[in-house]
Amino acid sequence: MFDALWGWPPPVLDPAGPYADKVTVLAWVLLALGVIVTAIVCAALWVAIKGPARWKQRLGGESAVWIGGIAFPGVVLTALLFWGLTLTADLTDDITGTEPRIRVTGEMWWFRVQYLDPAGRVVMEDANEIHLPVGQPVVLELRSADVIHNFWVPHLSGKKDMLPGRTNLLRIQADKAGQFGGVCAEYCGGPHALMGFVAIAHQPADYARWQQGRMGRLAQVNATGGPGRQLFMESGCGACHRVAGTEANGLAGPDLTHVGTRATLGAGILPNHRGTLIGWIGDSQGIKPGNRMPSYDTLSAAELTAIAGWLEQQQ
Amino acid sequence: MCVLATAGCKAPEKPRYTVDTALAEQGRAVIERAGCAACHEIPGVAWPRGRWGPSLAGFGDIGLIAGAVPNTAENLSAFLRNAPAVKPGSTMPPIPITPDEARAAAAYLYGIDDDV
Ligand code: HEC
Ligand code: HEC
Ligand SMILES: [Cu+2]
Repeated sequence: MFDALWGWPPPVLDPAGPYADKVTVLAWVLLALGVIVTAIVCAALWVAIKGPARWKQRLGGESAVWIGGIAFPGVVLTALLFWGLTLTADLTDDITGTEPRIRVTGEMWWFRVQYLDPAGRVVMEDANEIHLPVGQPVVLELRSADVIHNFWVPHLSGKKDMLPGRTNLLRIQADKAGQFGGVCAEYCGGPHALMGFVAIAHQPADYARWQQGRMGRLAQVNATGGPGRQLFMESGCGACHRVAGTEANGLAGPDLTHVGTRATLGAGILPNHRGTLIGWIGDSQGIKPGNRMPSYDTLSAAELTAIAGWLEQQQ
Repeated sequence: MCVLATAGCKAPEKPRYTVDTALAEQGRAVIERAGCAACHEIPGVAWPRGRWGPSLAGFGDIGLIAGAVPNTAENLSAFLRNAPAVKPGSTMPPIPITPDEARAAAAYLYGIDDDV
């Protein structure tokens, strides 16, 4: 997530796809206009203080107020508004049915991710990570389960609010493979600053392989087992987490069916490996204070290791 | 309390290790990337401050790593990559970092007590 917030060049000025390109153009134009207007104001100020008397008189007249104070900003801002809205209009284009569809729901303080088929049915559940093919627009259906959140991958598109009781569409596209950080860009209480995700763009062939692999695994019986699985169930993790093919079917927390392949943990904030899995389960409140998962400090190191080992197998 | 604590200490010694500061700086990046702080409070790493493992403040001064293995740079690098192999039964899991990254992380940990 953190590479959505800083880096050089700044992520908003470093687009990796056509939708982000437009936002970047808008950003540069606004910056340029800001510089020009500041220069004009400084020049006028100079005239007012030190300029020749004739200039001062013209600047002090009523027409200067009408032109510089009302007509100029009125025309420039209206033109900017229309141009900006037209430029970015296709970010929210309707679903045509041919593009991959992903529903992303903001939850306090993580992202629920559901891959949809062309008919809009959920075919795969995931969390805190979206996978997309390079060079193709992807339509996101943005929702919220609680308060207002905001979905933002600066390298790939603009910002869009996630509102309770409403679905907002947003298109994103990556023109090169790689990982792009995303964040919640609307204060949503508590650990909002630690609410992120990653977008992972694959070359089309890799994307197809990824998709097949996932669907294949969902079609198989989940045969992973051992003490880790038993401990996971006995500790009640399944009340909040779903792992497809097991009795764990909770919905209050992120889906863990593919957690072993996740790039990050804790909603985009930690790398994902055995160590961070243990640390998260044992002390999630220390790492992300106020989040809605309790710290399991009563589980022993051996028990946590077994659970983490089983989660790593959930590919 | 403060007086008691300082009275109990010996006069400041010279640091036991000469720390390569460039390497230590790389080490800090490694530690942040690897998420060590998910389990440890580590001076110089603002977030997170995990409490599941011991705090690493003043680590350079201790004699035995995890109370078992002599605190040498070589042992420490090996411990960071695979603690249970260096100290059988250690509760710190193996961390996926390369030997070079482990050496850098070790340099950073030895540099910590010089800062305070
Ligand atoms: C009360 C509900 C609840 C219970 C019980 C619970 N969790 Fe969670 N868990 C959550 C929530 C909510 C999150 C998301 C936290 C966040 O990022 O804000 C989460 C996050 C996680 C994550 C990180 C997932 C990701 O993609 O970032 C893992 C792993 C996890 N839980 C494992 C467990 C395990 C193992 C147990 C049992 C020992 C458990 N959880 C019990 C609610 C719960
Ligand atoms: C799963 C949580 C976890 C993670 C992640 C983790 N550690 Fe540890 N670490 C521990 C525990 C637990 C111990 C105590 C081990 C023991 O006593 O055998 C420990 C011990 C240590 C010690 C010895 C401390 C002492 O006082 O002797 C050092 C140094 C250390 N860890 C550094 C690191 C570094 C550097 C990383 C990242 C590369 C890291 N740890 C990642 C849990 C973790
Ligand atoms: Cu937020």
